[in-house]
Amino acid sequence: MKIVAIAFRYLWSRPLAAALNLLLLALGLASITFVWLTSEQMDRAFERDLAGIDAVVGAKGSPMQLILAGVFHIDVPPGNIPLEAVQQLEKDPRVAQLIPISLGDTFRGFRIVGTSPAYAAHYGAKLAQGALWTQPMQTLVGAQVAQNTGLAVGNTFYGSHGLGGTGHIHGDFPYTVTGVLARCGCVLDRLVLTATESVWKVHEKATALDDEDQKILEQEREITLALITYKSPLAAVTFPRFINTTTEMQAAAPAVEITRLLRMVGVGTDVLRGFGAVLLLTAALSVFIALWNAVRERRADLAMLRMLGASPYKVAGLVLCEALLLAAMATALGLLGGHLLVELVGSWLQAERSLPLTGWIWLPHEWWVLLLGAVVATLAAALPAWEAYRLDVTTLLNHR
Amino acid sequence: MIRTTQLAYCYPGAAKLEFPDTDVPQGAVLLLRGPSGAGKSTWLALAAGLLRPASGQITVAGQDLIAIQKIATDAWRAGAIGFLPQKLHLSEALTVARNLAMAQWAAGVPDDPQAVRRTLEALDLADLAARKPRQLSGGQAQRVALARAVLLQPKVILADEPTASLDDAAAQSALALLQASAQRCNATLVIATHDARVAAALPHALTCQIGIKRLLELREKL
Repeated sequence: MKIVAIAFRYLWSRPLAAALNLLLLALGLASITFVWLTSEQMDRAFERDLAGIDAVVGAKGSPMQLILAGVFHIDVPPGNIPLEAVQQLEKDPRVAQLIPISLGDTFRGFRIVGTSPAYAAHYGAKLAQGALWTQPMQTLVGAQVAQNTGLAVGNTFYGSHGLGGTGHIHGDFPYTVTGVLARCGCVLDRLVLTATESVWKVHEKATALDDEDQKILEQEREITLALITYKSPLAAVTFPRFINTTTEMQAAAPAVEITRLLRMVGVGTDVLRGFGAVLLLTAALSVFIALWNAVRERRADLAMLRMLGASPYKVAGLVLCEALLLAAMATALGLLGGHLLVELVGSWLQAERSLPLTGWIWLPHEWWVLLLGAVVATLAAALPAWEAYRLDVTTLLNHR
Repeated sequence: MIRTTQLAYCYPGAAKLEFPDTDVPQGAVLLLRGPSGAGKSTWLALAAGLLRPASGQITVAGQDLIAIQKIATDAWRAGAIGFLPQKLHLSEALTVARNLAMAQWAAGVPDDPQAVRRTLEALDLADLAARKPRQLSGGQAQRVALARAVLLQPKVILADEPTASLDDAAAQSALALLQASAQRCNATLVIATHDARVAAALPHALTCQIGIKRLLELREKL
C-alpha cells in the first residue's frame, strides 16, 4: 500500500473530525483567496480606468465623488459645469487633452455618456462591429451593455432620465446604435457613448418652451465634468490650485483620491484578511488536536508498525502525510470556494452595473495559498509527528 | 536461531534483570516461562532489537544485536522477526487484507497481493479478507494477527502470551496453528507464556525459565 492510501484511510476512519478540519482549513484558505482576488482585481480595475487621466474637473463638492462619478461611473456626479468654462480650459497651455463627459441618462441601468470620440480612443477601445458616431443621437455601446441588453448595430433605444434607471423615458428622442465596442476590460464595457450634443438635444428639446427659450438654453450649455491630461507633470503643481482658487469648479487628482479610497477599502480587506488568518489558526489548532488525539488513540497501531519494521521516520511521515493530505484537499476546496465566492460577488456587482469582478482568473500569488495550506498542516502535524517518532514500541509488550 | 550468553538488562532505577543463557537452533521452539514481571517482555524486546542489553551477547537469526547499528534494526526486524502480540493490535481503520498489506508497507517491501492472499488462505482466512477487525471473532482475529506475523516469512516468530484468555480447546488449536505456521517457514518459534497448558502441549520445546534466580534468592531469604 502507498503511504498516501494508508494516510487517507486513517484520516477517514474518523470522518467527523476529518470533515470538520477540512471545512475549517478550507474556509480559512477560501477567505484569503477571496481577499486576494477582489483586492487585486479592484486595484487593477482602478489602475486601468485611471490610466492617463491626470485631473478631473467638475462642480465643487467631494473630490472623491467626482472621481468615482467621472472616471469609474459608480457614483453620481456633484453637479454640472458651464461649457464656456470648459472651452476656456481647453485653451490652457498646461492641458494636453480634455475629454468632456456629460451624464444624466441611462439605458437599463447602463449610463449614457455624452463625450467626444477621444474618450473611446483614450482607452484604446476597438470596434467589434459598426462605426463611430457621426452625428448626435448615434451611439457606441460597450461590450457588456451589448451582451446584457442585446443591442446591436442598427437598433434604436430610448434613454431614461436620471442615473437611477427608474426616471422618465425620453420617448421623443430615440438613440441609434452605430457601433459596438470590443471588450476592453475597462469602464467603457458598461457605458453607452454618444456625442455630447445628444445629451443637450434630449434635455433642451424636452424642456425648451419655444425657439427663443432654446437659444437661451444653448447659451447656458453645460457638461458634467472634464477628464484632463497634462502636457507636462509639472502642471500637477499649479493646475489644480489654479482651478480650485480662481474658478467655480474643482479639480481633483484621481491618483490622490484613489489612494485615499484604497486606504479606506484597505481596512475592510485587512479585516477580512485577519479573519482568514484567525480561521487558519483555528484550523491549525483543530488539526493539531485531531492529530494529537489520533496519534494517542493509534499509539498501538503505530507501535505495531514499528514492530513490523517501519523506521521512526516512516511512522512520523505517515502522521505528516495525513495532515498534508488534509491540507491538499482543503486547499483545493478553499481555492474553489474562494473563486466561486468572487464570481458570485462579481455577478452581483455586475447586476448593479458596478466594478467588474470575476472568479475565473488565476493570480500568481495564489500559489502561496498552496504553500500556506502545506505550512499550516506541517505546523499542526509537527508535534504529533514527533510524538509518533519517539513512540516507545516496548509498550506493545505491556499487558496492562 | 537464537543464542544468548549472560544477557542482562537494566531499567533505570531498578535492579538488573539477568537472563539464563539460551541456544535455540533454527526451526526449534522455545518456551519463555516465568511469572508476571519476571522479564519475559523485556527478553522479547531484546530479541526484537527494541532494547539494547546492558551486558552479554545476543544473536538472533544470525544477526549479532550488539553489533548492529540502531538505524538498521528496523530493517532487520522487518525481515527477520514475526511478532504476534497478546492484544493483536490489528488496525481498525483497515480491512483484514489491508492490515497485512500494511506489514509489507512497514517493512518497505513492494506490494504483493498474491502473498497476502496465499497467507490468508493458508490460515483459512480468505473469506474474511474484506472484513474489518471488529467484525471478527477472537479466534479469527488471532489468526489474522498470525497471518500478519508470518506474511514476510520471518526467521523468528515471537508470540506473546498467545493462549491467555483462551479456553482449553481454543488454546490447543491456537498452539497447533502457531507451530504449523512456524514450521511452514522454518522459523524459530518463541512463546512467552505463564500458562502451564503451553508446556504440556509442546513437550519437545526448549524452555527458558526467567526470574528463577530471583525466586531462588527469595527462597534463601525465607
